[in-house]
Amino acid sequence: MNLKEKIIEKLLFFCSLVTVLTTLGIIGVLLVQSFHFFSKVSLFDFLTDTEWTPLFFRKRYGILPLLSGTLLTTLIAMLVAIPLGLTIAIYLSEYAHKTVRNIIKPLLEVLAAVPTVVYGYFALQFVTPFLQHFFPGNTLAGFNALSPGIVIGIMILPLISSLSEDALYAVPKSLREGAFALGSTKFQTSWKVVFPAAFSGISVSVILAISRAIGETMIVAIAAGQQPRLTFNPMVPIETMTTYIVQVSMGDVPHDSIEYRTIFAVGITLFVITFILNNISFWLKKRYQEVYK
Amino acid sequence: MKGKKFRKRLESIRNIRKHELQDKAFEYLGLFCTLLGVLVLATLLLDVLIDGLGRINWDFLFTGTSRKAAWAGIYTAWVGTLWIMVLTSLIAFPLGIGAGLYLEEYGTRGRLSNFIEINIANLAGVPSIIYGLLGLELFARAFALGNSVLTGALTLSLLILPIIIVSTREALKSVPYTIREASYGLGATKWQTIWFQVLPASISGIITGAILSISRAIGETAPLLVVGALAYISFTPKGPMDSFTVLPILIFDWISRPQPGFATNAAAAIIILLFITFLMNGIAVFFRHRAQKKIKW
Repeated sequence: MNLKEKIIEKLLFFCSLVTVLTTLGIIGVLLVQSFHFFSKVSLFDFLTDTEWTPLFFRKRYGILPLLSGTLLTTLIAMLVAIPLGLTIAIYLSEYAHKTVRNIIKPLLEVLAAVPTVVYGYFALQFVTPFLQHFFPGNTLAGFNALSPGIVIGIMILPLISSLSEDALYAVPKSLREGAFALGSTKFQTSWKVVFPAAFSGISVSVILAISRAIGETMIVAIAAGQQPRLTFNPMVPIETMTTYIVQVSMGDVPHDSIEYRTIFAVGITLFVITFILNNISFWLKKRYQEVYK
Repeated sequence: MKGKKFRKRLESIRNIRKHELQDKAFEYLGLFCTLLGVLVLATLLLDVLIDGLGRINWDFLFTGTSRKAAWAGIYTAWVGTLWIMVLTSLIAFPLGIGAGLYLEEYGTRGRLSNFIEINIANLAGVPSIIYGLLGLELFARAFALGNSVLTGALTLSLLILPIIIVSTREALKSVPYTIREASYGLGATKWQTIWFQVLPASISGIITGAILSISRAIGETAPLLVVGALAYISFTPKGPMDSFTVLPILIFDWISRPQPGFATNAAAAIIILLFITFLMNGIAVFFRHRAQKKIKW
């Protein structure tokens, strides 16, 4: 009997160890392949060269065009999701009737359950043609950063609105009552008392959303094009880091060639950026929990 | 003197008016933004339905891929999705629930379980395409599994593991400690307590998380593209080592084709994919409801 208990505990321990092995696997795979890559291409060129053409005859390995593509779509997504998400969060938490909140919140969360390839279709087939009405004379290309950026913003909207609403809702009622007693309106109470009190919880949601937007693949792979370009013009085709990985994966690049290894060099860049963002949000969350206990 | 007081009062009334107006304006703005979110969701669903509903028929569901849009169907894709669903469940559920049990019931709040906890939080934030790179190097190449269903299922299992672990732990946390103490008091061992008391009490919550995670897995495209799933497959997989395609990959392939017929096909396939996704989410909501209702401690 005792032996059985011990074996079961060991088995369950092994299950939780799989998660650690996964992390080690990810870091190991990225490091080994990137190491081979950086033995051929200098890190300095990788970070400063302004062209990314590993699949062409004249090869250049500058990550900046891919980085700018990712930054641009993420920026557009955040410009859509942060104002919209925070307004919705405050409306649902401070203004809306409880029944409205209980209906609308799960409805918005449906947006998070939609597979990203569906959003890609929506961006390419609906949003881009729709936006082209507002930009006469073909100034908005068929593939561009604007439309997928907006659609990523819609995809991460429930992440910001739901998590921020949770944070706002958790602010003690006494704070609001104090503000009302001093003659504040709901608007003043929401923005000057409740919002600052929930600020760390809100920042966690925003950082997680940024991290999701940076790692988003299918929407940009479908609607943003595949042209690495160092630009912040949202009207022209670009390529993000994630799209490049997809592009190479779908082609016939021989294994262990330098072209093959570029996807791991891009992958490790992506991993490092999201890792830093996730840890900032993790740290904020911990601080936030301490404040409320 | 009197005039000054009067003016001051008038000003404060104006001030109050201004703030009341601001308050009302924001309320309408909030309502507008909220409805906008819902409207976008409705537009997305309508757009897909209008584009694709007319294309769905028996043949579309039960024929394989074709180079001609009018002949192409989704049979190989949804069978592949089914394969991925079953294999991923078989791999990820025991591992995820086991890990959740260990961390919640056995984990001794030591440095190791603290480390594992931070690690899981980090894994949950890793972009899915990075899991694809791991699957490509580890499963497809090092384990020599190639671009098989098994490689895809293993990769997706690692991807959804954090979701299952976190939801399992939440479900276990909702079981009060007194239940465990009563069981120990009757002489039950730790595993007997978990198996006969804790698990039955938390099973609805665990199932909710598991279904949500698998619904996430079947919508994933990027990691499967990276491990080498193909869009053009003429046979359905007969075993776990066969190559495969899934609905999202077929949709991606069809969207990328210039001929207009394929866009309609993509919309029709999206309707099927959304139907499966929403069905699973619906089942999960049902179980969550049951988990919240069934036992009142």
